[in-house]
Amino acid sequence: MGTLIDIGKLHLYYGAFHALKNVSMDIPEKAITAFIGPSGCGKSTLLRTLNRMNDMIPGTRIEGRIAVGGTDIYSKEVDVETLRKKVGMVFQQPNPFPKSIYDNVAYGPRLHGIRSKGQLDEIVETSLRSAVLWDEVKDHLKRSALSLSGGQQQRLCIARALAVNPDILLMDEATSALDPISTLKIEELAQELKDRYTIVMVTHNMHQAARVSNQTVFFLNGEVVEYSDTEKLFSNPRDQRTEDYISGRFG
Amino acid sequence: MSARGKISGKPPNPFASGRSLNHWSNRLFTLVVWVIGICTVLFICGLLFLILQKGLPKLEWSFLFGLPSEIEEGGGIGPTLFNSVYVLVISLVISIPLGMAAGIYLAEFAPDNKFIAFVRICVEGLASVPSIIFGLFGIAIFVEAFQIGLTILGGAVSLAFLNLPVLTRVTEEAIRAVPPEMKNASFALGGTHLQTIRRVLIPVALNSIITGICLVAGRAFGESAVIILTAGVTTSGEMWDFSLFSPGETLAVHLWYVQSEAIVPDATDIAEKAAAVLVFAVLLINVIFRVPLWLNSRKTRT
Repeated sequence: MGTLIDIGKLHLYYGAFHALKNVSMDIPEKAITAFIGPSGCGKSTLLRTLNRMNDMIPGTRIEGRIAVGGTDIYSKEVDVETLRKKVGMVFQQPNPFPKSIYDNVAYGPRLHGIRSKGQLDEIVETSLRSAVLWDEVKDHLKRSALSLSGGQQQRLCIARALAVNPDILLMDEATSALDPISTLKIEELAQELKDRYTIVMVTHNMHQAARVSNQTVFFLNGEVVEYSDTEKLFSNPRDQRTEDYISGRFG
Repeated sequence: MSARGKISGKPPNPFASGRSLNHWSNRLFTLVVWVIGICTVLFICGLLFLILQKGLPKLEWSFLFGLPSEIEEGGGIGPTLFNSVYVLVISLVISIPLGMAAGIYLAEFAPDNKFIAFVRICVEGLASVPSIIFGLFGIAIFVEAFQIGLTILGGAVSLAFLNLPVLTRVTEEAIRAVPPEMKNASFALGGTHLQTIRRVLIPVALNSIITGICLVAGRAFGESAVIILTAGVTTSGEMWDFSLFSPGETLAVHLWYVQSEAIVPDATDIAEKAAAVLVFAVLLINVIFRVPLWLNSRKTRT
């Protein structure tokens, strides 16, 4: 398991607010890394620096280094659109477009210039199969994506993200708006996908991190408190604050 | 809640209605809303019925496409009806792209500063300026500065100016109303700003934008003050005159003209029929703009 994302001495400011303080970590390839911590600790902020979605928030300033596969993604030569194609994202609320199921999945490939019907059909099917949604929707791909249930919508969003063939999949509390059964399905899906993709997930749910991830990072007030193998972090935390958090004493 | 159980030993119903003030005011309010709603709908339907019933039965093709007459009975409205449609189309061709572009700029690109806030107030102010002011503006440009007289071009451009602020506002509001999650989804898939606007923001906002276009088109079709001042109260006297520099009396202006100035004996008759045509045309415009939307929403539902 090599390192894919290498973060070094990262500081992030929203205006005067110091949101991330001296964050350093190596995120391994083809594994699931979970970010945990109380609200406002910076875990989602760090996730959004990985595909540069923070660029859109005015007043954001970044110091330090984030390299994906050895390339600094904040350097001048990096094209943000190409980066985001390689680093897909799934959001907290399922956010399908008000288009058909087919058009949702085909949206990304079409953005990047794929026009041929045959090619699109194939991408749509593969992506929906990867997101374990194909069997449920294959007979009505033309139906509006908004007619799906919340859990199905979220799997559709995963399929949509996979359709542009990313290397990394960011999941920003992707199950927090879902019921337990849909949550379980997404967790199983993540387990399947980690053989092919590097997954970084933010979660409020410590049990989810413990169940699903290989590595866990614990954040507090914009700092990384502890970063290690999930099993080790939960069974034998090094830091007192980690222990307090995972045992439910705060947060 | 007052317990209203009888002495006979039956346990009191704990969920009995309290008949409190809140309860009654809620009922009263519901009733008032229903009554007002029904009255409004009846009033509008009655008005429509009155106008259409007076004019529609008497309509003939010779009236719709015939030339108007100055002195004798039996004049038609052909050139003015044509001018109405022609002026409307030209004004929309000018105002829709400009208004949408300005609205998209204000919603998506404009920096958040005092100058833009001022521009927004100006746009809002312009949207409520009386149309005759735009007519005077049209005179100043086309009649006085360019010296081209009262023309279809002048009327259409002045109408476009009249509609521009409304279209800008409507587009801006519609684009702003698109949930940011959808924008983020498009950006996260590697979409550029332009792709996101073209493929997500505009399609999602289209319903509201088209509602705005319908409003504006209906208003432009029925507008008289601007047209009287910039396109005049005469036509070239020919049917299917596509020249931009002909005088451009429209149907709405003609309606005013026959009612107040004309000396033809059947003026009232013409006015009634013209009014019916005007109302019918505005309804038609709304339907025409909505059909594509309707087809589109059917396509994604099945």
